[in-house]
Amino acid sequence: MNILKSMNKKTTSNFITFGIVIAAYAIMQGLIATESISSMLEGLLIPLCYYVILAVSLNLTVGILGELSLGHAGFMCIGAFTGAFFSKVTEVAITNDLLRFTLAIFVGAIFAALFGIIISLSVTRLSGDYLAIVTLAFGEIIKNIVNVLYIGVDGNGLHVSIKDVASLGLADNGNIIVQGARGITRTPQDSTFTIGIILVLVTLFIVLNLVNSRSGRAIMAVRDNRIAAESVGINIKKYRIMAFSISAALAGVAGVLYAHNISTLTALPKNFGYNMSIAILVFVVLGGIGKVRGSMIAAVILTLIPEYLRFLNTYRMLIYAVVLIVMMIINWDPKILEWRSRHSLKDLLTVFKKKPTKEAQ
Amino acid sequence: MILSIFGGYAIIKVNKNQRGVDVDFISYLIKGVSLGSVYAIIALGYTMVYGIAKMLNFAHGDVIMVGGFITFTAMSTWGLNPVLSVLLSVAFCTVLGVAIEKIAYKPLRKAAPLAVLITAIGVSYFLQNLALLVFKADSKSFTSVINIPTVSMFGGNLMITGETIVTILSCIVIMIALTIFIKKTKTGRAMIAVSEDQGAAQLMGVNVHRTISITFAIGSGLAAIAAVLLFSAYPSLSYTSGAMPGIKAFVAAVFGGIGSIPGALIGGIVLGIIEILSKAYISSQLSDAIVFGVLILVLIVKPTGILGKKIHEKV
Repeated sequence: MNILKSMNKKTTSNFITFGIVIAAYAIMQGLIATESISSMLEGLLIPLCYYVILAVSLNLTVGILGELSLGHAGFMCIGAFTGAFFSKVTEVAITNDLLRFTLAIFVGAIFAALFGIIISLSVTRLSGDYLAIVTLAFGEIIKNIVNVLYIGVDGNGLHVSIKDVASLGLADNGNIIVQGARGITRTPQDSTFTIGIILVLVTLFIVLNLVNSRSGRAIMAVRDNRIAAESVGINIKKYRIMAFSISAALAGVAGVLYAHNISTLTALPKNFGYNMSIAILVFVVLGGIGKVRGSMIAAVILTLIPEYLRFLNTYRMLIYAVVLIVMMIINWDPKILEWRSRHSLKDLLTVFKKKPTKEAQ
Repeated sequence: MILSIFGGYAIIKVNKNQRGVDVDFISYLIKGVSLGSVYAIIALGYTMVYGIAKMLNFAHGDVIMVGGFITFTAMSTWGLNPVLSVLLSVAFCTVLGVAIEKIAYKPLRKAAPLAVLITAIGVSYFLQNLALLVFKADSKSFTSVINIPTVSMFGGNLMITGETIVTILSCIVIMIALTIFIKKTKTGRAMIAVSEDQGAAQLMGVNVHRTISITFAIGSGLAAIAAVLLFSAYPSLSYTSGAMPGIKAFVAAVFGGIGSIPGALIGGIVLGIIEILSKAYISSQLSDAIVFGVLILVLIVKPTGILGKKIHEKV
């Protein structure tokens, strides 16, 4: 406890965040070892990891940079396809699974970051809802293009087409890797829960360190008041690109993890469409905009709720929708907020000390 | 600019075919204007709500789907006549729009924009899954409510369906009626006042809550009309069929400058034409990518859309 006290508040908070992840990992490993884990939860462990990475990385754009992005699934899609493509191409050349997967993660992250930079460079004049729409459009474009993309490899190198397999003009010993709407099949299943948790920790480390650094404070200054930030000499363009590309790179990492967890990788509206981007945004908003630990917890809870509501069959998504609306109203309706401030548990405890005034909240 | 590119393409095609008029191109163009008219009507709902309540109503696309199902049920299950079915659907969607606003959005009037956005997403999920429960997952085949024979021109080379004619005409009528309503009536002027400055409008005696409710009512009623027109031309109706037209119409609204009614018209029609022409001449799979690509280009060049107002930031 003494060590905790000697650290500042932010460091303590960061350690708690890391602690939760490590504790969750230990508990899950314990459950796996004693075989008391349900097969459903076991199947969800890796998805939980990439949802957490997606939520935390989107929080960097939405919460820290303060720009609404509706195309996060697009970056994930780029990471997934470039990572899976790399793994397929080097499947024979690199026999060490872990090395290949590590390289695939870097490939996915770099390509996603590249697109993040392109997007943020082209939208320097845009902000708010218009930026949101550009990111949404970008996500849809990526999904659309991937669906008509055919890539094959033979002795002469890469062949790319957007028509069909025949137009690739592959040699006889050639290998088709990306098959349009059928996507990439038989990606090596390299994702494990341990790697997933390590990636979650790396993501948290990057985002938390960024937030508490000089650059992070500059990014938040841009969020809080753009003009004021510019007037004290903060390079808005630079920090926007920085936040965008890191967020995109991390989404790409989540995509690589996703791609190596399933056998057939296809770009459907369900996994890479705007619906997915919105689902991640819901994690971020319900977890608290700008709160890294909140995004993490919200991603886990909101992924588990629909799964545990499966016994309700067709009603489960209806209930999920109602929960979403009700939670928002409870959090924001002025009448409910007032009622809550009068009846909250904290006030009952402090009632003997001092009656809280409205300004104090 | 884009039109001129396609126009140039058409001329090249005409020269190749050695014909006086490229009939195919004109028929695609008309089809595009027709689809664009539907987008424009839907975009009105987005743009009016955005202008007045400053929120993106993500559930608007799903109101279209509900409108489609009501008309479908009234006609195919209850056997009502088409006009009555459409009126019923418009009435239902109007009530639905007002109810959504009262229950889900009104408590959040002062909340952060993102909170309202998430609520709208929640409403969208709710409507979709309710429709899934009531009407099941299989897609229904919508019977066209429009009973006008196809017009044939150029010796049968150019066919214009009754749906196309009715769609374009309804769009024109709606645009004119809405413009007159907003410019000439007291309620319409109240809408302009609320969209410019909510606080000042309230001080001048405008009932802000009522005005916002009316905006939702008009937007949702128009969505029902758009549903009938859309599903008459593209008859596949399922619980998710409102989402994509909704997103595209939203793109159209941004394209034309969100908050602007003529902008919605221009944005919708340009979007419809680009979509149909790229489906016809480039690739049907890539048409969405082209539509969204053009949108990004327009926004990079003109960040507030074609007719959007430039708002100067103040410190």
